[in-house]
Amino acid sequence: MTTLTTTYLGLSLRNPLVASASPLSQTTDDVRALADAGVGAVVLYSLFEEQIRQQEVADYELVAMHEDSFGEATSYFPDVDIVAGGATPYLRHLENCAGAVDIPVIGSLNGASLDGWAQCARQMQDAGAAAIEVNPYAVPGDVRVAGASIEQRHVEIVHAVKSAVTIPVAMKLSPFFSATGTMCRELDAAGVDGLVLFNRFLQPDIDIETLTVGPSVTLSSPVESGIARTWIAILRGRVKASLAATTGVETGADVVKYLLAGADVVMTASALMRHGTGYATTLLGELTGWMERKRFASVDEVRGLLALGDGVDAAQYERAGYVAALTHAKDMYGDFLVRS
Amino acid sequence: MTRTTIDGNEATVHVAHRLSELCAIYPITPSSTMAELADDWSAKGRANIWGTVPTVIEMQSEGGAAGALHGALQGGALSTTFTASQGLLLMIPNMYKIAGELTSAVLHVAARSLAAQGLSIFGDHQDVMAVRQTGFALLSSGSVQEAHDLALVAHAATLRSRIPFVHFFDGFRTSHELNTIDLLDDAVLRAMVPESLVHEHRMRALSPERPFVRGTAQNPDVYFQARETVNPFYAATPGIVQEVMDELAGHTGRAYHLVEYAGHPEAERVVVIMGSGGETTQETVDHLVAQGEKVGVVRIRLYRPFPAEELVAAIPATARVIGVLDRTKEPGSGGEPLYLDVIAALSAAYSEGRIAAMPRVVGGRYGLSSKEFTPGMVAGVYAALAAERPPTGFTVGIVDDVSRTSIDYDPTLVIEDEETLRAVFFGLGSDGTVGANKNTIKILGEDPNRNAQAYFVYDSKKSGGSTVSHLRFGPHPIKAPYLVGSAGFVGCHHFGLLDKLDVLGLARPGGVLLLNAPMPKEEVWDALSAPAQSEILAKGLQLYAIDADSVARGAGLPGRTNTILQTCFFAISGVMPREDAIEAIKKSIRKTYGRRGPEVVRRNEAAVDATLAQLNRIEVPQNVTSQRSPRPVVSQEAPEFVRTVTAAMMSGRGDDLPVSALPVDGTFPSGTTAYEKRRISDIVAQWDPQGCIQCGNCAFVCPHAVLRSKFYDSAALDGAPEGFESAPLNAAGLPQSRYTLQVYTEDCTGCGLCVEACPVHPIPGSTRKAINLSADEDVMERGVTNVGFFESIAQNERARVDFGTVRGAQFLQPLFEFSGACSGCGETPYLKLLSQLFGDRLTVANATGCSSIYGGNLPTTPWTRNAQGRGPAWSNSLFEDNAEFGLGLQIAADVHTRLARERLAMLRDQVGGDLVDAILAAPQIRESELAAQRTRVEELTRRLEGVEGPVAQDLRSVADHLVRRSVWIVGGDGWAYDIGSGGLDHVLASGQNVNILVMDTEVYSNTGGQSSKATPIAAVAKFAAAGKSVAKKDLALQATAYGSVYVARVALGADPQQTLRAFREAESYDGTSLVIAYSHCIAHGIDMSKGLEQQKRAVNSGHWPLMRYDPTIRDRGENPFFLDSPRPTIPLSEYIYKELRYRMLRQTAPEEAERLLGLAQNAVDQRWAVYEEMATRGASQFIPDARKKKS
Repeated sequence: MTTLTTTYLGLSLRNPLVASASPLSQTTDDVRALADAGVGAVVLYSLFEEQIRQQEVADYELVAMHEDSFGEATSYFPDVDIVAGGATPYLRHLENCAGAVDIPVIGSLNGASLDGWAQCARQMQDAGAAAIEVNPYAVPGDVRVAGASIEQRHVEIVHAVKSAVTIPVAMKLSPFFSATGTMCRELDAAGVDGLVLFNRFLQPDIDIETLTVGPSVTLSSPVESGIARTWIAILRGRVKASLAATTGVETGADVVKYLLAGADVVMTASALMRHGTGYATTLLGELTGWMERKRFASVDEVRGLLALGDGVDAAQYERAGYVAALTHAKDMYGDFLVRS
Repeated sequence: MTRTTIDGNEATVHVAHRLSELCAIYPITPSSTMAELADDWSAKGRANIWGTVPTVIEMQSEGGAAGALHGALQGGALSTTFTASQGLLLMIPNMYKIAGELTSAVLHVAARSLAAQGLSIFGDHQDVMAVRQTGFALLSSGSVQEAHDLALVAHAATLRSRIPFVHFFDGFRTSHELNTIDLLDDAVLRAMVPESLVHEHRMRALSPERPFVRGTAQNPDVYFQARETVNPFYAATPGIVQEVMDELAGHTGRAYHLVEYAGHPEAERVVVIMGSGGETTQETVDHLVAQGEKVGVVRIRLYRPFPAEELVAAIPATARVIGVLDRTKEPGSGGEPLYLDVIAALSAAYSEGRIAAMPRVVGGRYGLSSKEFTPGMVAGVYAALAAERPPTGFTVGIVDDVSRTSIDYDPTLVIEDEETLRAVFFGLGSDGTVGANKNTIKILGEDPNRNAQAYFVYDSKKSGGSTVSHLRFGPHPIKAPYLVGSAGFVGCHHFGLLDKLDVLGLARPGGVLLLNAPMPKEEVWDALSAPAQSEILAKGLQLYAIDADSVARGAGLPGRTNTILQTCFFAISGVMPREDAIEAIKKSIRKTYGRRGPEVVRRNEAAVDATLAQLNRIEVPQNVTSQRSPRPVVSQEAPEFVRTVTAAMMSGRGDDLPVSALPVDGTFPSGTTAYEKRRISDIVAQWDPQGCIQCGNCAFVCPHAVLRSKFYDSAALDGAPEGFESAPLNAAGLPQSRYTLQVYTEDCTGCGLCVEACPVHPIPGSTRKAINLSADEDVMERGVTNVGFFESIAQNERARVDFGTVRGAQFLQPLFEFSGACSGCGETPYLKLLSQLFGDRLTVANATGCSSIYGGNLPTTPWTRNAQGRGPAWSNSLFEDNAEFGLGLQIAADVHTRLARERLAMLRDQVGGDLVDAILAAPQIRESELAAQRTRVEELTRRLEGVEGPVAQDLRSVADHLVRRSVWIVGGDGWAYDIGSGGLDHVLASGQNVNILVMDTEVYSNTGGQSSKATPIAAVAKFAAAGKSVAKKDLALQATAYGSVYVARVALGADPQQTLRAFREAESYDGTSLVIAYSHCIAHGIDMSKGLEQQKRAVNSGHWPLMRYDPTIRDRGENPFFLDSPRPTIPLSEYIYKELRYRMLRQTAPEEAERLLGLAQNAVDQRWAVYEEMATRGASQFIPDARKKKS
């Protein structure tokens, strides 16, 4: 009998497949469908504090610009605290989802200020989130900002959120740190309960016909999974925090690879968006089939089998992988292409 | 005891809410705030002094509120209402009943003018004087503190006397004045309104446990005697009121009397007055007595039952002349009511020997419609009383050069306390100046050693209007209920106002002038006009400037300059230590904006922090350096009335107009907005002739009629100014023709609806369209030149225009233009379309509301005329009677059309049989048919010139009716769904050939966003703060049920072609037509530039299904019900959550929002199913139109 149960952030999950933050969790029915398809947990789409703040200002302007401007009416709306509940729709959704399914529902939070991170996290906890995934998604466009300050900011966020809530807190990271491992260890030391590796940046594209820059949304593909897999393999056993793999899951095989590298859970949105929510059942079926074929009884047996392991030099591991990859490329494409 | 700074409305409801179990309410300016606060407090669970939360119920009209009040009183509930003006008039029938039954009740009234020759929202005593005969006691407050205190006196006295009370105070002057007052504790209220009185009141109620009958029909044998039974109660009331006042004095130290005298103990001249004018008079009397004059004032607090004995006793025996001042007008009477009452009281006393001599008593009128009543005027009255033969029936405050009633006075007299500082701020409605000043006055009033007062003056425009804030503060209580005439600090928060209003006239010599100047500090002085520079130099003003708009933009709050300029005021004036002031402002920001969210607070605080570094003292040179004069208010080519009368009103000099300048019967010329040229927006529409496909969409949706199209022969371009833009006409068969879409840049409000409506992106992928908004000053100025040339090009003939299409309709001249409606208004495009389609034979009956305000609020009116001098005839009767009023107009037209046809037939031999037959037989549906008929009638007029006799005379007086008139009844949903619903229903059922346009904003827009029966389920509105939980009335479906009514529901932003079609079908239908038009509104909480997009969502979600019901189709045996919009393509949530009115509920009560959303979606689905079924029925399944067809 194959057992898929696993533990992530201290939470018991029925399997290691987690639906990551995406538009697939917009409604309670969406989340119920994910649960029905078999995922072990759901990370809700992200609450963007900045959006809430912008909406606050926009709502304020809608109210304020007509106030006290005409003798017949000094205002046009009842005197209610309209923005105290800027996050309310999200929290209400979180509450509904948490009540609708028997798997953990994790809130995803993109804050704008330390106070905001802490306040929103507390509200999510109150709304019934099983855990919080903090997502400091930001492309530092200010060329004067030093890397150290960005890293420091990540640690501060963990401190702020951890001190605000009692439920577990994971952080979704960018792969673009000069020393990813050190960053992860610092976050680990700051008390983060999980690391989600890695975030993808939806980078704007250029339309050469209209000469405009516009948003570009592309789903991830397995070729993008290497960097996350590598870092998970390296971090396995080197941090206390749970490790979640995300990006580039297309088949059950991709799930297996992440587990072998050392992931506690494997997250996917692109595959589910590409193939539909029910595809989670397929992925789990493929995982189970592979385990049965390879005679693994539990996920725990699989996890980290191909991780770097204690005593192995990470640089050597990476170097080895790099050299092997170069050699492989030379075999396939010839020497010239690789050198150029 | 708690000190606070609040306005008269809040001061009143602060007591009324605590002493009531029920508030039956209906919004009407200037009393609405009382009802809103009562509703707000009850919604938040605020209890009365007995621990229960008062029930607040909004009714469909004041008549309804009075009925509910009467019922609740008979049911034993302590009940109140708040109203004014026409609202009070609608309560009169119930007031007689309530008083006749000796029922304890209080009506709180913000006293306001009545609609006579014109409506006015402002204050005087015409409304309360119109109820003095109902049997209610009338108690008058003259200040904010008094409104608070006497509200309690009224509630306590009514329970003790069983006489119902009207407690009133002056609309706006007291209702809207902020002043520092001491609040009454609950303990005082409890002591003065003991529960035993409440229980007695309840015991008088109807109850099956102790049944009786109240409200019988009485006959000649006993009615008279029964009417006399109440006399002892009225006789006892003055004593009871005084007793209550004395108790209040015992609790608070504030003593009031039914009648109060102040002044010289041996006064020879005495003024008798009531209301806030009494404060001014008393202040002036103090001044005059100090100067040795023997004058005095008697202030009346209890007006009914009239305290005749107390009045006589209050007047010093030395009084030689009594001047009674009434703030009302009773044409044709022997004098105004208070004057007559005083005469009667003194005459009785004299004839009975209670006084030795009868003083001379004269009456005067003052202060109608919030006309200023100043110390200068009061001194003028005393001076007039000193004459050998003092005038009576006089007026003060105006120049009456017709009946010579007005007395002279010294307008420059200032008697204000030197320790009271005075400041005046000129702002725009949208910049937050008033809000900031309200904060300022509250900050200042928090100091226990300081008193503060603020009053705000608004202009008559809903967009781009100016505001003037008058602030006083100082160590002594401020009793000056009149505008600041001389200020030590003048803030001009919009540079352009310097050229439009007399900003500097209010600055006292040596005072401070703070300018919000959009330029570097070095350029500020040179940017001033020569007269402005001259006045600054003459008065030695200290000049400060800041580019507050730039600071606001930097803080992420573009256009919100309020806190910035507030900070400047504190910094410059030094009224508080600078650091303390800044901290107080920030504290106020946190308090005011904290519930709007932390980002709003952060940005406002950032604005404050950035202010002082940008504030500059401007060095004033010795001499005037500017060559610039302000632009004339109106063009010199404007008609004389506009140049002399309208222009005076426009520039704030309307007070100076003499009586002779004004029409005797409220008749004003059409089309005067064309002369106003307000330039309220820095961004204006700019046409791209190359990219334009000439579809007409932009002109169709423009709410302000600033986009005009013409096509013309290219030869017409001879002499065109450089930069006049045109394009080849995009139409087959007219190769030599050019097309111009002219933007009237000075009238453009920059709303952006045209850009939204434009379907073209001339540069693929670019966001630019064929019409765009531009901030380029050259665009504005070029527009001015080009409009002049454009107007010289002939208007396209209607016969050459296909106005069955939006494309064609653009060439029809709008006869509704440049209104003062909100920028991007959702209503005005419909009115403009009405004027384009039917304007030269249009009569409009306009319900009171937004459309009557932007349509008929002086100084200027947007309804205009064409080159032939024809155009819409417009009138506003009332709020509640518009359908009936319009029906009357239609019937008058029918009567005179019939008369004209009869007389024409009688003159057959004189004017020619062919012509007579042609006129009588002419169809008048198509434009060509109407044009032909007009030609025939012109020919008839010519032929009639030689015909004598009474029949010809008669025909001449009605001949214009031979061209079919188009009568339209227009108004908003407050009228159609609520207050005018009964009349509208009757007109719909009348079968008469009249057209009705309901511009449905789903809320009372004009009075500030109160819920109506058109407000949809799940929306938040005032009086529905917890979300409307009853579905919107389906007026369209109700009307179709009659079978004889043409019905259409339209949304111009979703399907302009369907709108156009519906308007034309409705007008041509020989019967009653009803068009219900979706009108986006600022009260929806949307970005108004996206109004059309929101209209599409309303339709696409099924909230606003487009439909037409045409009885003529049924008569042809086909299905008359057309569903013009496709099945819903988006869920309701996608539509509603784009609007703040719905989002508010989702954010404050998410569970309830979900529940109501579910119900609303269900209602949409169900209605759609009904409509779909109706659209597929056979004709026989609809009610037939059973009216007799005209032969």
